[in-house]
Amino acid sequence: MTDDKDVLRDVWFGRIPTCFTLYQDEITEREAEPYYLLLPRISYLTLVTDKVKKHFQKVMRQEEVSEIWFEYEGTPLKWHYPIGLLFDLHASNTALPWSITVHFKNFPEKDLLHCHSKDVIEAHFMACIKEADALKHKSQVINEMQKKDHKQLWMGLQNDKFEQFWAINRKLMEYPPEDNGFRYIPFRIYQATTERPFIQKLFRPIASGGQLHTLGDLLKDVCPSAVAPEEMWLSNLRIDLR
Amino acid sequence: MAEAEEQQQQPQPAAPQSGGRSDGGEEAAEGGAAAGAAEPGPPAAGSPGTEEPAGDAKKKIDVLLKAVGDTPIMKTKKWAVERTRTIQGLVDFIKKFLKLMASEQLFIYVNQSFAPSPDQEVGTLYECFGSDGKLVLHYCKTQAWG
Repeated sequence: MTDDKDVLRDVWFGRIPTCFTLYQDEITEREAEPYYLLLPRISYLTLVTDKVKKHFQKVMRQEEVSEIWFEYEGTPLKWHYPIGLLFDLHASNTALPWSITVHFKNFPEKDLLHCHSKDVIEAHFMACIKEADALKHKSQVINEMQKKDHKQLWMGLQNDKFEQFWAINRKLMEYPPEDNGFRYIPFRIYQATTERPFIQKLFRPIASGGQLHTLGDLLKDVCPSAVAPEEMWLSNLRIDLR
Repeated sequence: MAEAEEQQQQPQPAAPQSGGRSDGGEEAAEGGAAAGAAEPGPPAAGSPGTEEPAGDAKKKIDVLLKAVGDTPIMKTKKWAVERTRTIQGLVDFIKKFLKLMASEQLFIYVNQSFAPSPDQEVGTLYECFGSDGKLVLHYCKTQAWG
Protein backbone atom coordinates (compact mmCIF):
# COMPACT_ATOMS: atom_id res chain seq x y z
CA MET A 1 0.00 0.00 0.00
CA THR A 2 2.89 2.32 0.73
CA ASP A 3 3.47 3.17 -2.92
CA ASP A 4 -0.05 4.56 -3.06
CA LYS A 5 0.52 6.93 -0.18
CA ASP A 6 0.31 10.10 -2.25
CA VAL A 7 -2.97 8.99 -3.73
CA LEU A 8 -4.33 7.99 -0.34
CA ARG A 9 -3.40 11.41 0.99
CA ASP A 10 -5.03 13.21 -1.90
CA VAL A 11 -8.20 11.20 -1.42
CA TRP A 12 -8.18 11.75 2.32
CA PHE A 13 -7.61 15.49 2.10
CA GLY A 14 -10.12 16.10 -0.68
CA ARG A 15 -12.29 19.06 0.27
CA ILE A 16 -15.44 20.70 -1.10
CA PRO A 17 -15.92 24.42 -0.44
CA THR A 18 -19.47 24.76 0.78
CA CYS A 19 -21.84 27.59 1.66
CA PHE A 20 -24.56 26.77 4.18
CA THR A 21 -27.69 28.91 4.12
CA LEU A 22 -30.62 28.71 6.48
CA TYR A 23 -33.90 27.69 4.84
CA GLN A 24 -36.02 30.77 4.18
CA ASP A 25 -39.01 29.56 6.20
CA GLU A 26 -37.06 28.90 9.37
CA ILE A 27 -37.97 31.47 12.00
CA THR A 28 -35.07 33.56 13.28
CA GLU A 29 -34.72 36.48 15.64
CA ARG A 30 -31.96 38.08 13.59
CA GLU A 31 -30.80 37.66 10.06
CA ALA A 32 -28.87 34.44 9.55
CA GLU A 33 -25.59 34.97 7.74
CA PRO A 34 -24.46 32.14 5.49
CA TYR A 35 -21.70 29.92 6.85
CA TYR A 36 -18.73 28.70 4.85
CA LEU A 37 -16.87 25.45 5.39
CA LEU A 38 -14.42 23.17 3.60
CA LEU A 39 -16.08 19.77 3.81
CA PRO A 40 -13.90 16.64 3.80
CA ARG A 41 -15.07 14.33 1.02
CA ILE A 42 -14.56 11.15 2.98
CA SER A 43 -16.49 12.27 6.07
CA TYR A 44 -20.18 12.56 6.90
CA LEU A 45 -22.27 15.72 6.93
CA THR A 46 -23.51 15.35 10.48
CA LEU A 47 -19.99 14.63 11.69
CA VAL A 48 -18.45 17.88 10.46
CA THR A 49 -21.22 20.43 10.81
CA ASP A 50 -21.31 21.16 14.55
CA LYS A 51 -20.16 24.69 13.79
CA VAL A 52 -22.87 25.15 11.18
CA LYS A 53 -25.50 24.05 13.67
CA LYS A 54 -24.18 26.39 16.38
CA HIS A 55 -23.96 29.27 13.93
CA PHE A 56 -27.61 29.09 12.96
CA GLN A 57 -28.95 28.19 16.36
CA LYS A 58 -27.51 31.46 17.66
CA VAL A 59 -30.14 33.39 15.76
CA MET A 60 -33.01 31.01 16.47
CA ARG A 61 -35.23 30.44 19.42
CA GLN A 62 -34.69 27.16 21.22
CA GLU A 63 -38.25 26.02 20.56
CA GLU A 64 -37.82 26.48 16.82
CA VAL A 65 -34.93 24.07 16.71
CA SER A 66 -35.30 20.34 16.21
CA GLU A 67 -33.09 17.84 14.38
CA ILE A 68 -30.88 19.48 11.79
CA TRP A 69 -30.95 18.26 8.20
CA PHE A 70 -29.50 19.39 4.90
CA GLU A 71 -30.87 19.81 1.43
CA TYR A 72 -29.50 20.68 -2.01
CA GLU A 73 -31.89 22.00 -4.64
CA GLY A 74 -34.83 20.21 -3.12
CA THR A 75 -33.07 16.91 -2.47
CA PRO A 76 -32.59 16.00 1.20
CA LEU A 77 -28.95 14.96 1.67
CA LYS A 78 -28.43 11.56 3.27
CA TRP A 79 -25.92 12.03 6.06
CA HIS A 80 -24.98 8.34 5.91
CA TYR A 81 -23.52 8.74 2.42
CA PRO A 82 -19.97 10.11 2.34
CA ILE A 83 -19.92 13.84 1.57
CA GLY A 84 -17.94 13.40 -1.63
CA LEU A 85 -20.51 10.92 -2.87
CA LEU A 86 -23.36 13.32 -2.14
CA PHE A 87 -21.61 16.07 -4.05
CA ASP A 88 -20.74 13.92 -7.06
CA LEU A 89 -24.20 12.41 -7.15
CA HIS A 90 -26.28 15.54 -6.81
CA ALA A 91 -24.13 18.55 -7.48
CA SER A 92 -21.14 17.71 -9.64
CA ASN A 93 -22.16 20.28 -12.25
CA THR A 94 -22.69 23.08 -9.79
CA ALA A 95 -20.51 26.15 -9.43
CA LEU A 96 -18.50 26.22 -6.22
CA PRO A 97 -19.01 26.81 -3.41
CA TRP A 98 -21.61 24.09 -3.10
CA SER A 99 -24.75 25.71 -1.76
CA ILE A 100 -26.46 23.62 0.91
CA THR A 101 -29.68 24.63 2.64
CA VAL A 102 -30.00 24.00 6.37
CA HIS A 103 -33.28 22.95 7.96
CA PHE A 104 -34.36 22.56 11.56
CA LYS A 105 -37.99 21.62 10.94
CA ASN A 106 -40.10 19.16 8.94
CA PHE A 107 -37.55 16.35 9.02
CA PRO A 108 -38.14 14.25 5.89
CA GLU A 109 -38.70 10.90 7.58
CA LYS A 110 -39.10 9.07 4.29
CA ASP A 111 -35.78 10.19 2.84
CA LEU A 112 -33.37 10.47 5.73
CA LEU A 113 -32.19 8.41 8.66
CA HIS A 114 -32.20 10.09 12.03
CA CYS A 115 -28.88 11.08 13.50
CA HIS A 116 -29.33 12.01 17.11
CA SER A 117 -25.72 11.54 18.14
CA LYS A 118 -22.25 10.81 16.89
CA ASP A 119 -22.71 7.23 18.10
CA VAL A 120 -25.15 6.67 15.26
CA ILE A 121 -22.56 7.80 12.73
CA GLU A 122 -19.91 5.63 14.34
CA ALA A 123 -22.18 2.56 14.22
CA HIS A 124 -22.94 3.20 10.56
CA PHE A 125 -19.30 3.76 9.67
CA MET A 126 -18.17 0.61 11.44
CA ALA A 127 -20.93 -1.41 9.81
CA CYS A 128 -19.66 -0.26 6.40
CA ILE A 129 -16.10 -1.24 7.31
CA LYS A 130 -17.28 -4.63 8.54
CA GLU A 131 -19.40 -5.27 5.49
CA ALA A 132 -16.46 -4.42 3.25
CA ASP A 133 -14.21 -6.80 5.18
CA ALA A 134 -16.79 -9.58 4.94
CA LEU A 135 -16.33 -9.28 1.17
CA LYS A 136 -12.57 -8.75 1.22
CA HIS A 137 -11.46 -11.29 3.83
CA LYS A 138 -14.54 -13.15 5.06
CA SER A 139 -14.39 -10.75 8.03
CA GLN A 140 -11.18 -12.34 9.24
CA VAL A 141 -9.15 -9.15 9.46
CA ILE A 142 -11.77 -7.02 11.16
CA ASN A 143 -12.57 -9.84 13.62
CA GLU A 144 -8.94 -10.27 14.57
CA MET A 145 -8.65 -6.61 15.45
CA GLN A 146 -9.14 -5.38 18.96
CA LYS A 147 -11.82 -3.00 20.07
CA LYS A 148 -9.21 -0.26 20.38
CA ASP A 149 -8.23 -0.72 16.73
CA HIS A 150 -11.87 -0.24 15.69
CA LYS A 151 -11.94 2.85 17.85
CA GLN A 152 -8.79 4.15 16.22
CA LEU A 153 -10.32 3.86 12.75
CA TRP A 154 -13.30 5.85 13.90
CA MET A 155 -11.28 8.44 15.80
CA GLY A 156 -9.01 8.82 12.79
CA LEU A 157 -11.99 9.69 10.64
CA GLN A 158 -13.66 11.84 13.25
CA ASN A 159 -10.56 13.89 13.96
CA ASP A 160 -9.30 13.91 10.39
CA LYS A 161 -6.08 12.11 11.33
CA PHE A 162 -4.74 10.43 8.23
CA GLU A 163 -1.89 8.57 9.91
CA GLN A 164 -4.04 7.38 12.79
CA PHE A 165 -6.64 5.99 10.41
CA TRP A 166 -4.27 4.37 7.97
CA ALA A 167 -2.14 2.72 10.66
CA ILE A 168 -5.15 0.43 11.15
CA ASN A 169 -6.87 0.58 7.78
CA ARG A 170 -3.66 -0.67 6.16
CA LYS A 171 -4.40 -4.12 7.59
CA LEU A 172 -7.86 -4.07 6.09
CA MET A 173 -6.39 -3.37 2.67
CA GLU A 174 -3.84 -6.19 2.71
CA TYR A 175 -4.08 -9.68 1.30
CA PRO A 176 -1.73 -12.64 1.20
CA PRO A 177 0.62 -12.33 -1.80
CA GLU A 178 -0.48 -15.73 -3.11
CA ASP A 179 -4.07 -14.47 -3.34
CA ASN A 180 -3.31 -11.65 -5.76
CA GLY A 181 -6.15 -9.61 -4.39
CA PHE A 182 -9.20 -9.50 -2.17
CA ARG A 183 -11.75 -12.27 -2.26
CA TYR A 184 -14.30 -9.83 -3.62
CA ILE A 185 -13.93 -6.13 -4.27
CA PRO A 186 -16.27 -4.12 -2.09
CA PHE A 187 -17.93 -1.47 -4.21
CA ARG A 188 -21.22 0.33 -4.60
CA ILE A 189 -22.48 2.04 -7.70
CA TYR A 190 -24.81 4.97 -7.21
CA GLN A 191 -26.79 6.39 -10.07
CA ALA A 192 -28.45 9.77 -10.12
CA THR A 193 -31.02 8.44 -12.55
CA THR A 194 -32.65 5.77 -10.41
CA GLU A 195 -34.51 5.60 -7.15
CA ARG A 196 -32.71 2.40 -6.21
CA PRO A 197 -30.19 2.99 -3.43
CA PHE A 198 -27.18 1.42 -5.15
CA ILE A 199 -25.85 -1.57 -7.05
CA GLN A 200 -23.66 -3.96 -5.12
CA LYS A 201 -22.64 -7.41 -6.27
CA LEU A 202 -19.92 -9.97 -5.80
CA PHE A 203 -16.99 -9.17 -8.04
CA ARG A 204 -13.60 -10.84 -7.99
CA PRO A 205 -10.45 -8.82 -8.68
CA ILE A 206 -9.18 -11.55 -11.00
CA ALA A 207 -10.93 -13.16 -13.94
CA SER A 208 -11.23 -16.94 -14.13
CA GLY A 209 -8.47 -16.91 -16.77
CA GLY A 210 -6.10 -15.25 -14.33
CA GLN A 211 -5.98 -11.75 -15.75
CA LEU A 212 -6.72 -8.77 -13.54
CA HIS A 213 -10.16 -7.25 -13.85
CA THR A 214 -10.34 -3.57 -14.74
CA LEU A 215 -12.87 -1.00 -13.64
CA GLY A 216 -14.29 -1.28 -17.15
CA ASP A 217 -14.84 -5.02 -16.66
CA LEU A 218 -16.70 -4.30 -13.46
CA LEU A 219 -18.98 -1.76 -15.07
CA LYS A 220 -19.67 -3.92 -18.09
CA ASP A 221 -20.59 -6.76 -15.82
CA VAL A 222 -22.57 -4.97 -13.19
CA CYS A 223 -23.93 -1.87 -14.82
CA PRO A 224 -23.86 -2.34 -18.60
CA SER A 225 -26.33 0.47 -19.19
CA ALA A 226 -23.70 2.95 -18.02
CA VAL A 227 -21.13 1.77 -20.53
CA ALA A 228 -21.52 2.51 -24.23
CA PRO A 229 -20.56 -0.58 -26.22
CA GLU A 230 -17.87 1.03 -28.38
CA GLU A 231 -16.23 3.82 -26.51
CA MET A 232 -16.90 3.07 -22.88
CA TRP A 233 -18.06 6.28 -21.41
CA LEU A 234 -19.67 6.82 -18.08
CA SER A 235 -22.80 8.77 -17.50
CA ASN A 236 -24.51 9.79 -14.32
CA LEU A 237 -22.50 7.27 -12.48
CA ARG A 238 -20.62 7.57 -9.25
CA ILE A 239 -18.55 4.86 -7.73
CA ASP A 240 -17.73 4.47 -4.10
CA LEU A 241 -14.83 2.07 -3.63
CA ARG A 242 -13.99 1.30 -0.03
CA MET B 1 -45.48 -9.83 2.79
CA ALA B 2 -46.38 -13.31 1.69
CA GLU B 3 -47.26 -16.06 4.09
CA ALA B 4 -44.38 -18.31 4.87
CA GLU B 5 -44.18 -21.32 2.67
CA GLU B 6 -42.62 -23.62 5.18
CA GLN B 7 -42.62 -23.79 8.89
CA GLN B 8 -39.15 -25.24 8.96
CA GLN B 9 -36.43 -25.29 6.43
CA GLN B 10 -36.91 -28.90 5.34
CA PRO B 11 -34.48 -29.48 2.50
CA GLN B 12 -31.56 -27.67 4.08
CA PRO B 13 -28.61 -29.89 4.88
CA ALA B 14 -28.02 -27.73 7.89
CA ALA B 15 -31.26 -28.75 9.49
CA PRO B 16 -30.39 -32.26 10.64
CA GLN B 17 -27.20 -31.15 12.34
CA SER B 18 -28.88 -29.75 15.36
CA GLY B 19 -31.58 -27.42 16.43
CA GLY B 20 -31.57 -24.24 18.38
CA ARG B 21 -28.83 -21.77 18.79
CA SER B 22 -25.82 -23.85 17.78
CA ASP B 23 -27.49 -24.30 14.44
CA GLY B 24 -27.20 -20.58 13.98
CA GLY B 25 -23.55 -20.63 14.88
CA GLU B 26 -22.70 -23.30 12.38
CA GLU B 27 -24.67 -21.67 9.69
CA ALA B 28 -22.64 -18.54 10.02
CA ALA B 29 -19.34 -20.29 10.47
CA GLU B 30 -19.65 -21.95 7.14
CA GLY B 31 -21.53 -19.04 5.72
CA GLY B 32 -18.48 -17.47 4.17
CA ALA B 33 -17.32 -20.65 2.50
CA ALA B 34 -20.80 -21.49 1.37
CA ALA B 35 -21.16 -18.07 -0.16
CA GLY B 36 -18.09 -18.79 -2.21
CA ALA B 37 -19.46 -22.10 -3.41
CA ALA B 38 -22.83 -20.65 -4.17
CA GLU B 39 -21.35 -17.69 -5.93
CA PRO B 40 -21.66 -18.81 -9.53
CA GLY B 41 -25.13 -19.82 -8.44
CA PRO B 42 -27.23 -16.71 -8.52
CA PRO B 43 -28.33 -16.81 -12.13
CA ALA B 44 -31.02 -14.45 -10.99
CA ALA B 45 -28.21 -11.95 -10.54
CA GLY B 46 -29.06 -10.27 -13.79
CA SER B 47 -32.71 -9.85 -13.09
CA PRO B 48 -32.85 -7.31 -10.27
CA GLY B 49 -31.19 -4.80 -12.53
CA THR B 50 -34.30 -4.79 -14.64
CA GLU B 51 -36.21 -2.47 -12.32
CA GLU B 52 -39.87 -2.82 -11.36
CA PRO B 53 -40.51 -5.08 -8.45
CA ALA B 54 -43.48 -7.19 -9.42
CA GLY B 55 -45.45 -9.42 -7.10
CA ASP B 56 -44.39 -12.64 -8.74
CA ALA B 57 -42.36 -15.25 -6.96
CA LYS B 58 -39.17 -14.78 -8.95
CA LYS B 59 -38.75 -11.32 -7.55
CA LYS B 60 -38.67 -12.74 -4.06
CA ILE B 61 -35.88 -14.26 -2.09
CA ASP B 62 -35.91 -16.55 0.91
CA VAL B 63 -34.92 -14.90 4.14
CA LEU B 64 -34.25 -16.90 7.27
CA LEU B 65 -34.82 -14.89 10.42
CA LYS B 66 -33.08 -15.95 13.62
CA ALA B 67 -33.44 -14.44 17.04
CA VAL B 68 -30.43 -13.57 19.16
CA GLY B 69 -30.27 -13.66 22.94
CA ASP B 70 -33.55 -13.08 24.73
CA THR B 71 -35.27 -11.56 21.72
CA PRO B 72 -38.48 -13.51 21.06
CA ILE B 73 -38.22 -16.09 18.30
CA MET B 74 -40.59 -16.12 15.36
CA LYS B 75 -42.44 -19.40 14.91
CA THR B 76 -42.12 -18.97 11.19
CA LYS B 77 -38.49 -18.45 10.36
CA LYS B 78 -38.39 -18.57 6.61
CA TRP B 79 -40.04 -15.85 4.60
CA ALA B 80 -40.30 -15.00 0.96
CA VAL B 81 -39.37 -11.34 0.76
CA GLU B 82 -39.35 -8.98 -2.18
CA ARG B 83 -35.86 -8.07 -3.30
CA THR B 84 -36.55 -4.38 -3.11
CA ARG B 85 -37.75 -4.53 0.47
CA THR B 86 -35.45 -2.53 2.68
CA ILE B 87 -33.96 -3.52 6.00
CA GLN B 88 -36.18 -0.88 7.60
CA GLY B 89 -39.20 -2.53 5.99
CA LEU B 90 -38.09 -5.84 7.43
CA VAL B 91 -37.54 -4.33 10.86
CA ASP B 92 -41.04 -2.87 10.81
CA PHE B 93 -42.45 -6.23 9.81
CA ILE B 94 -40.64 -8.17 12.55
CA LYS B 95 -41.62 -5.62 15.15
CA LYS B 96 -45.25 -5.93 14.12
CA PHE B 97 -45.02 -9.70 14.05
CA LEU B 98 -43.50 -9.84 17.53
CA LYS B 99 -45.88 -7.13 18.71
CA LEU B 100 -43.03 -4.93 19.88
CA MET B 101 -43.68 -1.31 20.72
CA ALA B 102 -42.88 1.15 17.97
CA SER B 103 -40.39 2.78 20.31
CA GLU B 104 -38.48 -0.45 20.88
CA GLN B 105 -35.33 -0.91 18.86
CA LEU B 106 -34.60 -3.88 16.67
CA PHE B 107 -31.23 -4.56 15.13
CA ILE B 108 -30.66 -6.78 12.11
CA TYR B 109 -27.33 -8.43 11.38
CA VAL B 110 -25.79 -10.11 8.37
CA ASN B 111 -23.23 -12.89 8.88
CA GLN B 112 -23.55 -12.22 12.61
CA SER B 113 -21.16 -9.37 12.06
CA PHE B 114 -22.51 -6.15 10.62
CA ALA B 115 -25.77 -4.24 10.70
CA PRO B 116 -26.77 -3.13 7.21
CA SER B 117 -28.13 0.38 7.04
CA PRO B 118 -31.93 0.67 7.12
CA ASP B 119 -32.20 1.72 3.48
CA GLN B 120 -30.27 -1.25 2.15
CA GLU B 121 -32.33 -3.68 0.04
CA VAL B 122 -32.51 -7.34 1.00
CA GLY B 123 -32.04 -8.35 -2.65
CA THR B 124 -28.61 -6.73 -2.70
CA LEU B 125 -27.64 -8.36 0.58
CA TYR B 126 -28.82 -11.71 -0.74
CA GLU B 127 -26.58 -11.42 -3.77
CA CYS B 128 -23.52 -10.61 -1.71
CA PHE B 129 -24.13 -12.61 1.45
CA GLY B 130 -26.75 -15.20 0.63
CA SER B 131 -25.89 -18.88 0.70
CA ASP B 132 -27.77 -22.06 -0.14
CA GLY B 133 -30.43 -20.01 -1.83
CA LYS B 134 -31.30 -17.94 1.17
CA LEU B 135 -30.22 -14.96 3.19
CA VAL B 136 -29.73 -15.57 6.90
CA LEU B 137 -30.43 -12.57 9.08
CA HIS B 138 -30.18 -12.35 12.84
CA TYR B 139 -32.36 -9.96 14.74
CA CYS B 140 -31.96 -8.64 18.22
CA LYS B 141 -33.50 -6.08 20.56
CA THR B 142 -30.12 -4.94 21.76
CA GLN B 143 -26.94 -4.35 19.85
CA ALA B 144 -25.41 -7.81 19.48
CA TRP B 145 -22.40 -7.33 17.26
CA GLY B 146 -20.70 -4.01 17.77
